Amino acid sequence: MRAHRSQARDEPSRPPSAHPRTGRRVAESRAGPPAGASTGVLLRELVAHLRQGRTQLRDEWVQRIIEARLLTAMSRDEIFAEATSVYDNYLDALETGTIEALQAYARSLSERIIPRGVETHEVVGIVLLLRDVLARSLFAKYQADFQMLNRVLDAYEPAANRIAITVAVGFVQERERVIREQQEAIGELSTPVLPVRERLLILPIIGLIDAQRARQLTEQLLRSVRANRAKVVVIDITGVPAMDSNVANHLVRTVDASRLLGAMVIVTGLSPEIAQTLVKLGLDLSKMNTVGDLQGGIEEAERLLGYRVVSLPEEKS
Amino acid sequence: MVVPILKQGPYLIATIPTALTDADLQGLRDGLVSQVGRCRSRGVVVDITALDVMDSFAVRTLRDVAHLTRLRGAETVIVGVQPEVAFSMVELGLTLEDVNTALDLEEGLALLDKKTKRIGKEGEARGP
Repeated sequence: MRAHRSQARDEPSRPPSAHPRTGRRVAESRAGPPAGASTGVLLRELVAHLRQGRTQLRDEWVQRIIEARLLTAMSRDEIFAEATSVYDNYLDALETGTIEALQAYARSLSERIIPRGVETHEVVGIVLLLRDVLARSLFAKYQADFQMLNRVLDAYEPAANRIAITVAVGFVQERERVIREQQEAIGELSTPVLPVRERLLILPIIGLIDAQRARQLTEQLLRSVRANRAKVVVIDITGVPAMDSNVANHLVRTVDASRLLGAMVIVTGLSPEIAQTLVKLGLDLSKMNTVGDLQGGIEEAERLLGYRVVSLPEEKS
Repeated sequence: MVVPILKQGPYLIATIPTALTDADLQGLRDGLVSQVGRCRSRGVVVDITALDVMDSFAVRTLRDVAHLTRLRGAETVIVGVQPEVAFSMVELGLTLEDVNTALDLEEGLALLDKKTKRIGKEGEARGP
């Protein structure tokens, strides 16, 4: 209904009978200027045509998006609103041949829809659908003149493909940026090095350790040892379910490297499985200082640092 | 480049200012070993804070310094190993296991104080 009304509002500006005439006029002018200019002229003409049929084509597009079950995370009204602005941006990019504005739009669109869970195939799908819808309308318009249709498609297809690539790449880049940011955030979170007393650091490790995380842990630990002038470090691996030989080796190296910086490492909370792994691997564990649990580790560290914890008499009574 | 060896109380301090050639390293080793006897030093601190690369020869020379000075009655402490250097050393299998290491000069001197006290010469405090 709504489409019909606005179409009626759009159409009178240019009577349908004008179409073949414009087509011919362009065909005539094409004989004169060089081929590059004629592509521009053709593009301008077909953009004018697509602008004119904007409402109808856009509605058709939205209909096809919904039929294809794309953008299911968004409501119909949202799809409609986004489709409208994508359509206009698409035509602008077709007309001017520059994709910067569309790129910026694609980025902001991606920012909005990625948190909604929109997938890459959906974004690529809707852009390709738009391309097809517009191409169909060009077929319909130029069907009488096959050569003209060919030329129009020659001009339209590269431009449309370029736009499709731009939008898809923009979306994927935005997604990758989000993923990178989240990875960094997780990375920051996953390796806290906590000073608990002067010269005593605790490094609680939770979750699986892969090679990259192990490297990051070591780096952060060594840096913190330097920054805090730590003498003893307690690495608590209670929260580590399993360990492969690479990571185990890495742990041993971390202990050695810390010693070179003048810090002693105490490893606590080895699960039976990890203890088995370490023994089976035949690593030289004589240098590794291990204590059963974190509490014991901290007590041992305090002893090494010369602290003595005493409960006050008031607390006893 | 000749690395200056400074006498500080009962200890000798050598700060390596930049990456050294093998010959310079050997010169430093020989200098330290002979000075330990001449100054009757009980400890040596080699500060490598400024080094961001260590090859195996340098590590071996430092280990030699530690062993040689121990034979001549002085403990050696290597101080100021950079975190990156420490890890690459370990990766190369150069862990300096029988050599004392400390975070920086201050820590190194404190460690020497502790070590030499334990040997039983408590009367001689460090410094003037």
